[in-house]
Amino acid sequence: MRAARAAPAWLLGAGLLVAAAAALPAAYLFVVVAGDLGDALATAFSSRTAAVLARTLALTTAVTLTAVALALPIGWLTVRTDLPGRRLWAVLCSLPLVIPSYVGAYLFIAALGPNGMLRDALGVESLPSVYGFLGAWIVLSLFTYPLVLLPLRGALRRIDPQLEDAARAMGRRPRQVFAEIVLPQLWPVLAAGGLLVALYTASDFGAVSLLRFDSFTSEIYVSYRSSFDRTATAALGAVLVVVMLGLLLLSSRLRGARVVHRLGPGALRPARPYRLGRWRWPALGFCAAVAALAFALPVGVLIYWAAEGISTSATTWSRAAALGGNSLMVSASAAAIGALAALVVAALAVRHPGRFSSLVERASHAGYALPGILVALSLVFFATRIVPPLYQTTTLLVFALTIHYLPLGVGPLAASLVQVSPRIEEAARGLGRGRAEVFRTVTVPLARGGLLAAAALIFLHAMKELPATLVLAPIGFETLATDIWTQTSFGFYEASAIPALVLLAIAAVPVYLLAERDIESR
Amino acid sequence: MRPFHRKTTALACGLLAAALAAGCGFDTSASGGGGENEPETAGVTLYSGRIPAAIGPAIDRYEAAADRDVRVRFADTADLAATLIEEGGASPADVFFSQEPGGIHAVAEAGLLAKLPGDILEMVPPRFRDPEGRWVGVTGRARVLAYNREELSEDELPDSPFGLTAPRWRDRVGWSPASSSMQEFVTALRLRYGDERTREWLEAMVDNGAVSYPNNITIRDAIAAGEIDVGLINHYYVAQAVAAEGRDYPVGVYFPPDGLGSLMLLTTVGVLESSDRKPEAFDFVRSLLSPGSQGFFTASSKEYPLAIAAEPDPSLSVPLAEIPSTGDDLVDLTELQATIALMQESGAL
Repeated sequence: MRAARAAPAWLLGAGLLVAAAAALPAAYLFVVVAGDLGDALATAFSSRTAAVLARTLALTTAVTLTAVALALPIGWLTVRTDLPGRRLWAVLCSLPLVIPSYVGAYLFIAALGPNGMLRDALGVESLPSVYGFLGAWIVLSLFTYPLVLLPLRGALRRIDPQLEDAARAMGRRPRQVFAEIVLPQLWPVLAAGGLLVALYTASDFGAVSLLRFDSFTSEIYVSYRSSFDRTATAALGAVLVVVMLGLLLLSSRLRGARVVHRLGPGALRPARPYRLGRWRWPALGFCAAVAALAFALPVGVLIYWAAEGISTSATTWSRAAALGGNSLMVSASAAAIGALAALVVAALAVRHPGRFSSLVERASHAGYALPGILVALSLVFFATRIVPPLYQTTTLLVFALTIHYLPLGVGPLAASLVQVSPRIEEAARGLGRGRAEVFRTVTVPLARGGLLAAAALIFLHAMKELPATLVLAPIGFETLATDIWTQTSFGFYEASAIPALVLLAIAAVPVYLLAERDIESR
Repeated sequence: MRPFHRKTTALACGLLAAALAAGCGFDTSASGGGGENEPETAGVTLYSGRIPAAIGPAIDRYEAAADRDVRVRFADTADLAATLIEEGGASPADVFFSQEPGGIHAVAEAGLLAKLPGDILEMVPPRFRDPEGRWVGVTGRARVLAYNREELSEDELPDSPFGLTAPRWRDRVGWSPASSSMQEFVTALRLRYGDERTREWLEAMVDNGAVSYPNNITIRDAIAAGEIDVGLINHYYVAQAVAAEGRDYPVGVYFPPDGLGSLMLLTTVGVLESSDRKPEAFDFVRSLLSPGSQGFFTASSKEYPLAIAAEPDPSLSVPLAEIPSTGDDLVDLTELQATIALMQESGAL
């Protein structure tokens, strides 16, 4: 068994390379913490740290469960039922992913805050506060649930309907079929998507700072912004990495060793859509409400600002388009490299499970659990000491974005590889092809959907990343995200409407392709 | 299946092409941080915590006068300070413009700043420069009491922020505990009067119904709208409104002489010890302190120009020399974390 599963040398080598690169930020934390272990331990195990950690875990749990609770019905409705306008809802409900959480948060405050547009529209004295846990929970759930929805829709499409038919034939009611047949097959993607939402929430700074929820990342920021205390900051970062490892373990337990690829012969038969009947209207209402709150409302506010505030904005459409070119180049590079690196990690984890593979998978997630600024500072540290010529180049920026967002690609790729039967690969081997050739000609094409999803997700997040871009971009190299920062640092969010809209428009392309792909290939 | 396959291939090719362009194309044009091979005319590299619109014209002025380029990295002051500390001696930066007092202090304490020449230090009053000569103040932001001029006159106002806890000010005072300028002010209080007295003041303010606003601008607008009568804010928010709305603007500023009521928070500039272009960097600092650049800073932001040679601005109703000196302008503001903890314990945050 062990011999049959041993990974080829080239895959092991690639895995080692990816793991080493992705572990750099964690290594930096280790270097700093080791420099003053006593202080670091005091910070890491203080009661204050424990309290903030508990608050952050509460938020993380709430957001993750809410994201799954939103994604599951939308995914099922848009893939497996006769919901009117499925195609439209699939796209609209995926699009909130393009909105950076900091933009989402300030739009949320502007629209629903105590002095917001809703209050003006209603003409009431004041509205209940949107700040704190409630606001952070709502905003982060609304802008992260597509991380679950996108891979979920792919998985729903690949489920073999024969099992469900058989269950129905044996007299199971639709609800039982869903709970006993469909849901277990979705565990891998739900666990992987949920992990991404959880890590995103734990490492988010933009939304929680605007909504004034004192989370672990705010603690990290306050610690280094106020006291410039590297040790305390690194110690807190290290705690976040440990939490991330716990979440990763939990997620892989949930993903488990279930067999979810098809065992039967023949091609996949498309599933017959469920008839919604009188449930069609509540179902439509649900999709419309989510799409309105998470996408139409924020975009509407931005368009309103762009139309109203054009004279006060320093960023013209043509300048925003030029900045969009920069964002596009950097993000596309990170997406292409990141998807390939993620494929290596996923192939090891799924095809060659073992101690080495899980080590690589854990290392690959280290960068994602940390706030972008810590990833950036770690690369400043290493680049200025080890490879000075790379410092202040777009290459280093692309590298930072790649290792920061690599895990976004691992989830969908692992989920899609799990659903590819290794027997197909074995058959190709039996027909005389080498391992590398099988990987290239069989595994990669079958995991194509996963690769595309991986690239798209990394691309999106790289577009939105701010602190690492501000610190690592070559001097004078501006992107849409840095321009949004420049415009909003006056304190007037309205001024950022044009770059924010261009960012959304570019980021919407891969999301649209992802959402549409699922429909076309059905 | 067919159309999807083609689309995927096209997308993959596009991504790869973009990757190659980014990997090779940019680096020739956008890097060059090394500095070794650059021509003699290459200019100064500035790390600016001040946003482009608030410093750009001052940079343009220097570029035109010195016929040199200034390359600028813009980011939050704290991010730049942390970056400088990680870069250490390998920093490409020549000059650091710190928008908040904490940033320059951290970089100076890390031993990264060069001593400034005497002629630069003497361009500002001793009150507004580092006693050890590592940085100078460029502009000043005063913490003041803003008040509704239609409801109150200056002599009704307390001599100190500590007076705002009196019963007559119940529910009439606005503040912004979440804003960094308020937190810097509370830090200065802690360092001057100790944690106990500061905590008592914070608790008394909360008990007296101080109204929390998200930032200085909303406090000013609430005073103008008559929601509250007094607010603890930075002076320039009022000066900007006076410049825009005219002399009849209903909000005035008062500089309380006691209790750090007129604390001056400085924006500062320093030159990196690791810079290999120190003469040019010093020239750039001189340019920031020249009457022309100081005039721009004042006109655009209504902050106080700190250079001795700067022209006074008529919309700043109280001249710099008449602002009561607290002696705490150079206060160590790196204690923000303890301040935030104290503000949370006392219920202000």
